[in-house]
Amino acid sequence: MTATDRLGRNALSVRPIGGSLIDQFELGLNAPICLTWELTYACNLACVHCLSSSGRRDPRELSTAQCEAVIDEFQAMQVFYINIGGGEPTVRPDFWHLLEYAIDHQVGVKFSTNGVRVTPERARFLAATNYVDVQVSIDGATAEVNDRVRGHGSYDMAIRALENLSDAGFMDAKISVVVTRENVGQLDLFKALADRHGATLRLTRLRPSGRGAEVWDDLHVTATQQRELYDWLLKAGDNVLTGDSFFHLAAYGEPLPGLNLCGAGRVVCLIDPIGDVYACPFAIHEEFLAGNVLAPGGFDNVWKNSELFADLRSPQTSGACTKCQFFDSCRGGCMAAKFFTGLPLDGPDPECVLGNSEQALMEIGRTIPPASQDHSRLDPRRGAEPVLVQIGALSPGRPPAHACSESPLADFHASAL
Amino acid sequence: MPSAVTTMLDEPWRLSPDVALRPEPFGALAYDFGTRRLTFIKRPELVTVVRGLAAGPDVRGALKGAQVPESQWPVFVQALESLAAAGTIQRRSSVTTS
Repeated sequence: MTATDRLGRNALSVRPIGGSLIDQFELGLNAPICLTWELTYACNLACVHCLSSSGRRDPRELSTAQCEAVIDEFQAMQVFYINIGGGEPTVRPDFWHLLEYAIDHQVGVKFSTNGVRVTPERARFLAATNYVDVQVSIDGATAEVNDRVRGHGSYDMAIRALENLSDAGFMDAKISVVVTRENVGQLDLFKALADRHGATLRLTRLRPSGRGAEVWDDLHVTATQQRELYDWLLKAGDNVLTGDSFFHLAAYGEPLPGLNLCGAGRVVCLIDPIGDVYACPFAIHEEFLAGNVLAPGGFDNVWKNSELFADLRSPQTSGACTKCQFFDSCRGGCMAAKFFTGLPLDGPDPECVLGNSEQALMEIGRTIPPASQDHSRLDPRRGAEPVLVQIGALSPGRPPAHACSESPLADFHASAL
Repeated sequence: MPSAVTTMLDEPWRLSPDVALRPEPFGALAYDFGTRRLTFIKRPELVTVVRGLAAGPDVRGALKGAQVPESQWPVFVQALESLAAAGTIQRRSSVTTS
């Protein structure tokens, strides 16, 4: 019997003995390896590509006591470290308490920040604390490129945070960059920026998730840039972190360092500020909602018994991709990228380097799934965090699909820089 | 049998104090809180050996305790050596159990 579920995956799976780690990971683990926990949807910025559509605090946000209970569960499940994000996690008044609480319970923390609360005093505290890693988000190696996406003044704020950290003797902070059409030409500058601050550069892929869906057409790297990015990453090797987010580029030939696998629900998951558990940080949508940590059985039960995660851990049917010679390294690419561009989950990634999704992206009938949550600020206060330039508005008469699939430079306007 | 094998067999070893083992269906995941490095132990029998290291006088004792057939000892010692290189296990200073 080969029953298939709604994601088109076979319902039966038998775990092999031995074999490659990827084969094992596909069938899931007792606890996640890479767990992201967004502590709040509140954010002082309003980045155009925010994958969680953050801005306003959700009134249902987990209380301090509820957060502590979740950390207790991590300890019991031996989740050795977590990535904390948001929103801007440091705007939660109990953020520093929860950080210490996690570390005291054998749960290491890496947190992502735009730098707003990384004062010299906090930087000294962080430098004196073990098992904490700080990741500062910057999306341009110059204020001009960064602030167009993250908002006026955000570059200076991030650089100040990095300076405070290095002045305090904090070792090896991370600089996290979402690679876009506008900053991909600055990779060497980013690396130099990281080196200057004794930091490690981390590059990740722009996903069409959250508000990213609105700007993806205009900001995702062109085909030509994608090839340059791949060559740059191969050369950089282990010196640059990627969160294993570029495995779809493996089809250029050589796989990149890291795990070449979609880890959603298998080794990765996301807990949002109200305790909802999603398959991955790029899939905050009811379609990928596995449960809530406040329900009986808690996070442990969601991770081990949710139907969605069982589906994701079953062997999947990958349609035409299975016939591709690069299927073993790319595995059809990113589930979230496909979903939020309205592509079938059992087909190629929208940024398939062989161009196998071009036809599907041109389809007139392709529908982008509507967002199932949005915490964007409805009326950004004047001067608080307006985004300087409107990116993403479709010009009238422009086809719904990507002109850049035909010509890599078709969408590239000089005014964009 | 290479000399490295016989040497390690007679030595006292243990799981590094900074390392925690998490059971997984394929074996275990070893996390080093010091280096933040993850290591995967892909055979359940090897996990039993690693967990048994500190309790016995030497590696030989741990292999016997985990009922690993003697013919497989060289393969296991090789695996232990790579765990040693990763810092997952370390040599104890004396033969007394820790």
